[in-house]
Amino acid sequence: MEFVTLLQVLDSTVRLAMPLLLACLAGLFSERAGIFDIGLEGKMLAAAFLSAAVAAVTGSVWLGLLAGIGASLLLSAIHGLASITFRGNQLISGVAINFLASGLTVLLAQDWFAEGGRTPSLMGAGRFESLTLPFAETLSTVPVLGPIYYELISGHSILVYVGFLMVPLTWWVLFRTRFGLRLRAVGEAPEAVDTAGVSVVGMRFAAVAICGVLCGLAGAYLATGLQAGFVREMTAGRGYIALAALIFAKWRPWHALWACLLFGLLQAVALRYQNLEIAGIPLPVQLMDALPYILTVVILAGFVGKAIPPRAGGQPYVKER
Amino acid sequence: MSDIPAIELKGISKAFGPVQANRDISIRVMPGTIHGIIGENGAGKSTLMSILYGFYKADAGEIHVNGTRRDITDSQAAIAAGIGMVFQHFKLVQNFTVLENIILGAEDGPLLRPSLARARGVLKSLAEEYELSVDPDELVENLSVGHQQRVEILKALYRQADILILDEPTGVLTPAEADHLFRILDNLRREGKTILLITHKLREIMEITDTVSVMRRGQMTATVRTADTSPEELAELMVGRKVLLRVDKAPATPGRVLLEVENLRHVDAHGVERLKGVSLQLRAGEILGLAGVAGNGQSELLEVLGGYAAAKGAVRLNGQALPLAGPGSDAGARRAAGLGHVPEDRQTEGLIMPYTAWENTVFGYHRDPRYQRGLLMDNAAIRAEAADKMARYDVRPPDPDLAARNFSGGNQQKIVLAREIERDPEVLLIGQPTRGVDIGAIEFIHKEIVRLRDRGKAILLVSVELDEIFALSDRIAVIFDGQIMGERDPARTNQTELGLLMAGMTEMPDGPLVEAVDAQMAAKAAREAEHHG
Repeated sequence: MEFVTLLQVLDSTVRLAMPLLLACLAGLFSERAGIFDIGLEGKMLAAAFLSAAVAAVTGSVWLGLLAGIGASLLLSAIHGLASITFRGNQLISGVAINFLASGLTVLLAQDWFAEGGRTPSLMGAGRFESLTLPFAETLSTVPVLGPIYYELISGHSILVYVGFLMVPLTWWVLFRTRFGLRLRAVGEAPEAVDTAGVSVVGMRFAAVAICGVLCGLAGAYLATGLQAGFVREMTAGRGYIALAALIFAKWRPWHALWACLLFGLLQAVALRYQNLEIAGIPLPVQLMDALPYILTVVILAGFVGKAIPPRAGGQPYVKER
Repeated sequence: MSDIPAIELKGISKAFGPVQANRDISIRVMPGTIHGIIGENGAGKSTLMSILYGFYKADAGEIHVNGTRRDITDSQAAIAAGIGMVFQHFKLVQNFTVLENIILGAEDGPLLRPSLARARGVLKSLAEEYELSVDPDELVENLSVGHQQRVEILKALYRQADILILDEPTGVLTPAEADHLFRILDNLRREGKTILLITHKLREIMEITDTVSVMRRGQMTATVRTADTSPEELAELMVGRKVLLRVDKAPATPGRVLLEVENLRHVDAHGVERLKGVSLQLRAGEILGLAGVAGNGQSELLEVLGGYAAAKGAVRLNGQALPLAGPGSDAGARRAAGLGHVPEDRQTEGLIMPYTAWENTVFGYHRDPRYQRGLLMDNAAIRAEAADKMARYDVRPPDPDLAARNFSGGNQQKIVLAREIERDPEVLLIGQPTRGVDIGAIEFIHKEIVRLRDRGKAILLVSVELDEIFALSDRIAVIFDGQIMGERDPARTNQTELGLLMAGMTEMPDGPLVEAVDAQMAAKAAREAEHHG
């Protein structure tokens, strides 16, 4: 393979991995606090729609981003209310959110824009533009390192850089701060947190809120960074793949980065090689499109080993009698 | 010593729905003393202490700490008032280090590093002061139960608790660990700390407390100085009538071997080998007591013998080999072969809680022809028989139509016993016969077990209560880490010797006993954690 092709595939890996990474870190915060969140998908979708819609109407991608985060936070609040306050089943609440987002986004898109369930294409300030890092152009002629800097490292939207920064930040918050200690404790042994005089409900809501913000970023990036507008079901299962990556990463931030890059690479390869022939037989495009999902299953089934989820995950906290 | 009580409760009441758990309770505990609270299961001890720690809110009453009225609405308020609690089920984060568990909720600031550094220093001085040493960087899941309990005590002391509540602290400890705990408590008392010790074990009360309060059915029936009372008197106060603390039995006359267990091996779902070649012989007309700290394979042994866990090795009943896996190895086949079983956990294994008492009296035997009427079950016959059994086993209330969950622990156990004993098994397996059972019922259950023995049956008694093992057994085997450490004659052994065996040691160590026991327990915990990690 040519060096440039490799760089292009890797570049596309980074772009495709980003929504996964943001959603994966979102799930990490929530699940580390003991709230399973199968609704990552729905939250991303809602954020993608509302960010694109607001950006299209106002022409400001930043307002769009805020709206996207708002939409995701609202769904997070519903999930928190159902599973923390009312101690409902977290899976059911999550599934409900996915259905709600799936239907509502298309319905509202059709109602507001009448373009068949999509938002108008975003242009100019309605999109996150690629940032060209300093000296990228000048250095691009330097052998090897130049193209890497120009093609791979430079030229992404700001959300991509934010996403990468979120990895060390998440790690630092979880393992070096009081907040992180309590958050992890509440997902492992909420009764220990409760008897230590810290509010279990408060900690879990905080975690769910962070999850909402990160899902909002992921969705907004999808519609205003990666693509130029919202189309129906544009998350295409990314929320679930993020969950798979989370399990693959065993709920650890750095592992999550590598897991998401791997899943991003699978998608990039599938996109790049749409018309692949093996021994003269052309592989159907659908197979290539399905490949990342098939490999997700294979990786989860075969390579994860023993993943131990947070011990109190999925269980509403009730003081024992 | 001042005459202001460290803790004073005035007229505390608490109801859970229709159940009045605490009724108008008042006590005074002086500083620098150990005050015992004793009572049967369900007497309301734990509820009272949970109220004091702010885990529940009292419906009525006042709490005074060091002479000032305190409104303890949550655990935070209790901690602020200088109260610490060591729960029966530890409140620790298993995959956190000791240090992280200590500072959780009591951090100095938003960043962990300074908090951890300070905690490390405090921990070191506390360890020296009170014989409370634990490795601060070890994960809690790798610690023995005894050490986990120390972490709980350290947690309270780190929060500068002057008043320490311990809820049934010795239930999970070996005798040596329990002795060490009492030394720690003694040290704490000497430093002026006030300790509330909740227990149902009379011996512990007599050994360590200065004063003792007795609770019965949600009420405080008496508060006395320990020096002025006796176990017999306390038992009477707990139950409300005279009870026999000792079991009356004639010497056993063991006959032929009824049950033979040979080199039994069992691996659990986590891949941990729980039975590592257990061999036992059980003779007609004797009670073999299997002593051991919970979690050393005795539960698995009962499961294997009872027919709901597969194993390798050999088990012979009356000379007949029993299949240990595959067809014919289920619980029904075991019962049909003459092996009765009173499981350790009567609420999940012994009874179906929502079902009525009469239904519960035939489970496992419900295919017996005498309960059939054509294709259907002869419910009238079963119900009549159940009423008769319940009368003979003194089950209260004697109502066969009541659901099992509506009976008290003791009466539930009597239902299970009636079902198993009335089938006249050759061999009866009994696990924790009196766990969660009130003293009055204990007396009855013990008598029934001895009567069965005197009818020439063989009984395997598994109990974590050493007192019970001593009271009933004709022969004592000790299990540790899936292996039988040895057998002893109850008349020629004592708590200390059995305590050593329960910690996996066959002779007195050269160095200090506590350290040797600690080392054994830590090694065992580490082995098990390996499989779970």
